[in-house]
Amino acid sequence: MNGRPIQVGLFIPCYIDQLYPEVGLATVAVLEQHGVTVDFPVEQTCCGQPMANTGCREDTRPLAVKFLKIFRDYRYVVCPSGSCVSMVRHHYDEYLAGMPGFEELKQRTFELCEFLVDVLQVDRIEGRFPHRVGLHNSCHGHRELRLGASSELMIPRFNKVRQLLSTLDGIQLTELERSDECCGFGGTFAVNEEAISSMMGMDRLRDHQRAGTEVITAADMSCLMHMQCLIRRHKLPLRVMHVAQIFAGQPLT
Amino acid sequence: MGTAVRSHPLEAADFVANEDRMHWHDRALWFVRAKRDKAAAAVPEWEQLRELASQIKLHLLSRLGEYLEQFERNATRHGAIVHWARDAEEHNRIVLQILQQHGVRKVVKSKSMLTEECHLNPVLEQQGIEVVDTDLGERIVQFRHEPPSHIVLPAIHIKKEEVGALFHERLGTERGATDPAYLTEAARGHLRNKFLNAEAGITGVNFAVAETGGIVVCTNEGNADLGVSLPRLHIACLGIEKLVPRMQDLGVFTRLLARSATGQPITTYTSHFHGPIPGGELHIVLVDNGRSRFRADPVYRSSLKCIRCGACLNTCPVFRRSGGHSYHAVIPGPIGSVLAPLRDPRKYYSLPYACSLCGSCTDVCPAKIPLHGMLLSWRGDLAHQKAIPWTKRISMKLGSWVLRNTWLYTLAGKLARTFMPWMPRWTLYHRLNAWGKHREVPAFPRRSFRELYRQQLKQNDGRQQ
Repeated sequence: MNGRPIQVGLFIPCYIDQLYPEVGLATVAVLEQHGVTVDFPVEQTCCGQPMANTGCREDTRPLAVKFLKIFRDYRYVVCPSGSCVSMVRHHYDEYLAGMPGFEELKQRTFELCEFLVDVLQVDRIEGRFPHRVGLHNSCHGHRELRLGASSELMIPRFNKVRQLLSTLDGIQLTELERSDECCGFGGTFAVNEEAISSMMGMDRLRDHQRAGTEVITAADMSCLMHMQCLIRRHKLPLRVMHVAQIFAGQPLT
Repeated sequence: MGTAVRSHPLEAADFVANEDRMHWHDRALWFVRAKRDKAAAAVPEWEQLRELASQIKLHLLSRLGEYLEQFERNATRHGAIVHWARDAEEHNRIVLQILQQHGVRKVVKSKSMLTEECHLNPVLEQQGIEVVDTDLGERIVQFRHEPPSHIVLPAIHIKKEEVGALFHERLGTERGATDPAYLTEAARGHLRNKFLNAEAGITGVNFAVAETGGIVVCTNEGNADLGVSLPRLHIACLGIEKLVPRMQDLGVFTRLLARSATGQPITTYTSHFHGPIPGGELHIVLVDNGRSRFRADPVYRSSLKCIRCGACLNTCPVFRRSGGHSYHAVIPGPIGSVLAPLRDPRKYYSLPYACSLCGSCTDVCPAKIPLHGMLLSWRGDLAHQKAIPWTKRISMKLGSWVLRNTWLYTLAGKLARTFMPWMPRWTLYHRLNAWGKHREVPAFPRRSFRELYRQQLKQNDGRQQ
C-alpha cells in the first residue's frame, strides 16, 4: 500500500447507527487495525433501501442523491452491510445514472469483508475466538455482491466471509443443513409477511441449533437483528455477533 | 381490473398456522431442490447451458413472428392443422369446436399449464364433455375440485393419507390404505379405462421446434403418449413462447428441464410429434393470451424465457412455507408473482411483496430470468399505479422525509432511544405491531454510533494533546 494510509468514508447503515452502535465501533476498529484511516461523514442517514424495496421510487430518489453528495469524494466507501452496499452498487442506477461521480462511487463502495479481501488483500485476521460459530450468509451480500458462491450456482466454491473467519485462532465453524437459506428478514417483508418471516427465522435458528452453533454471525446486522429478536422471544441458547465484532475482538455479547 | 383476492400474507399465515404440515411441505420441496443441486452439479457445463438457454430464448423473442410462421409452415407440411388463438376465450372456442366437429364426448388430457391458464376444463364440461386429467397429481386435484398447487408437482400439498381417503371414496380402494404403490396402481387401473374409452387426447407442449415443425411433450408417467396414441384426435395447446428455433437448440433445454424440475437427468418420456398418427388428426393451437403484450414490455419481456420447470417454486423459502394456493394465481411462486400482475395488477398486488428478495430464484432459474429483480421492479410499478395500500405509501413518504433531514433523523433516533426502554410492555406489543407478534422489539441502546464515535474521537484528541 506504498506507505500512505488508505482513507475511507465510513458508511454506517441507519439501524446500526441507532440500534447497534457497537457494530459501527467494531468496523472502525477493524479498519484501523489494518492501517486504514476512517472518516465518518455525519450528514449521512440511510441509503433509502426501505423505500426502494417497497416500490416508492420518488421517496428513494432524494436519499440516493443525498448519499452521492456525501460520499462522492472519498477514494473508498466501506460499510458493514452487504445489503446496503448492494443498494448502492446494483439499485442506485435507477436514480443516479448519468450523475457526475456516480459510476466511480459504485465501483468504490465496498462491503467490509470484500474490502478486506479484495482491496486490502488481507488473508488472515489476527485474533482468537474459541467458539462454535455458525455463519449466516446474508442474501444480498451473498447473491448480489457475490461474497460467496451461492448453493444454486454450479461454480467453484468460495466464501470471503467464511475465509476470513476461518483464520481466527480457536474458531470452529459449524456446518448447516441449508447453507444459504434466507432468514426471512427482508426489510418491510418482516412486517408485511410477519408469519412467514418469523417462521423462516425460526427454521434458520433450528438449523443452527442442530449444527451446534453458539454464536451466529453474518456480514449483515439486519438478519442478525431479526434472529436475535426471535432468540430473545423464544429464549433460545444462541447469540448473535456481526463479523466486524468478532474481527475486532469484542467479547461475546 | 378484477377485485383483489385474499392477500398473500393472510393466506400464508393460515398455512403457517399448521406448523407440522407447513414443515412437511417445506421439507418435501427442499428435498427436490437438493436433488436438483446434485443433478446440476453433475453437468460440468451447467452454467454455460443456462447462459445458452437464456440467449436462445431472447433471440427467439426478438424474432418471434418469423419463427411462429416458420413453425406453422413446417407443422402443416407434416399434416398438422395449426390454429391461432388471440386469448383464452378463443383458445377454448377452438378446442371446443374441434371436439364438437368430431362428436367427442370423452377427452383425456395430460398436463398443460396453458389449459389451466385458459380454464378450459369448465368450458368443455359445460358442454357435456368429460375431461379427465391423466397426470396422477392432476387427477388427484381434479377429484378434489382444486387447482394444482405447483406447476410440476400439482398435488404436492396433499399427504398420502388424504389421497388414500380420496381414492377410497372415488375409486373404492381399501379404507385407510396409504401405500403409494397400491394407490398408484388403483389410479392406473382407473385411468386405463379412461384412456381406452377416450375419443380425443389434449396435451400441453414443452417445446415446439420452428425448423422442423415438431412438438415435444415431456412427462414422467407416459400419460401424454397413451392419451394421443389410442384416440384418433390429438389437440396440442401451447403458448407462443414455447418455440425454439432449431432442433439443435432443443438439447440445451431438455438437459436443463428435468434436472431443474425434479433432479432427474431427463424426463422418463420425451416424446416428439411430427404430424398426426396414421388415420388421425393433429391440431396445434398457438395461444397468445397476453404474451405479445408481455413481449413488448422492456422489463418483463424476459419472463417469457420461462420453461415451467418449477425450480423457482422449490427453492423459494416463501413458497415452501405458504403453499401454492396462497398465491391465488394459476402459476404460483416467484415466476407466478411476476406473471400474475401483468394480467391484473390490482388483483395480484400482494404477490411481488410475498418475497424477501433473497435472490435464490434468480440463481436457480435455468433460463436466467432475473426473477427477484423483476419482483422488485413490480413493487415500483405497483406503487406508481397506486395499487398498494395507502398506509404503505404514507409511511414511506414520512420515512423519506425524516431521513432526508439529518437533524430530524438524529432527533427521532434520540427520542426513540430515550423513551423506548421505559415503555410498558402493553404499549409495544399489540395488534398493530406485526413485528412483535413472534419477536421481541430490538433493545434500544442509550447512545447511537455517531454519539459514541464523536466521544471516542474527542478522547483520542485529548490523549494526543
